[in-house]
Amino acid sequence: MVNRVIVGAHYGTRDWLAQRVTAVIMAVYVVAFLALVASRAPLTYESWKGLFTHGGMRVATLLFALSLAWHAWVGMRDIFMDYVKHDGLRLALQVLTVLLLAGYASWTIQILWR
Amino acid sequence: MSSAAAKKQRPKYLSLPAILFQIRLPLPGWVSILHRLSGALLVFPFAAWALYLLDVSLRSEQGFSRIREYMGMPLAKLGLLVFLWAGCHHFCAGIRYLALDLNKGIALRPARISSAVVIVASLALTALFAAKLW
Repeated sequence: MVNRVIVGAHYGTRDWLAQRVTAVIMAVYVVAFLALVASRAPLTYESWKGLFTHGGMRVATLLFALSLAWHAWVGMRDIFMDYVKHDGLRLALQVLTVLLLAGYASWTIQILWR
Repeated sequence: MSSAAAKKQRPKYLSLPAILFQIRLPLPGWVSILHRLSGALLVFPFAAWALYLLDVSLRSEQGFSRIREYMGMPLAKLGLLVFLWAGCHHFCAGIRYLALDLNKGIALRPARISSAVVIVASLALTALFAAKLW
């Protein structure tokens, strides 16, 4: 009896699930953010700055930024896999996307903890 | 087997005129391609733009008022309008996909109706936000 275990790398399911989970995180953040901004209207520099110096808001915003990076990576990769047939070009675009998203995440950290 | 299908002119090429005038993309297809387009736009350039605005506006009092002024420019307003639409469409269509993943509304009729709702709702939300901001 041949006992072969045929399993894939599972990154398909993992990415699919991660994209959904991060989507829900971002949706909740966006709605909460809009409600917070609306409750502070008309916005002044003090209230705007105050919003982002709050510890909870900083953590939530970082969570949003990291969710965005993961979510966007899955989405952009899907787009490139579907439309960019040339291997080298696709790889280059994927590398650029990773760099861009990592850059966004670090920029967010810089802005939040300055 | 001689039917209308056999008389059809084949092959059909996906030429630009064909895509523009002959092949009609169903409504859920429009929601799908616009979801991709809006997602790509949000990644670049809009996420970068949003981070730039956040950076400058949080840096100092002067930065905050400079962004205020900057956002009053017609070109910036136009950009913001596209940004708002991309965000609203991606949000609404995303909610629809989450529902579809949970097997809600996957029959043809509800799927068509919900895709029309997504397109209309995201345009209405964009108009609402735009009205608030102007």
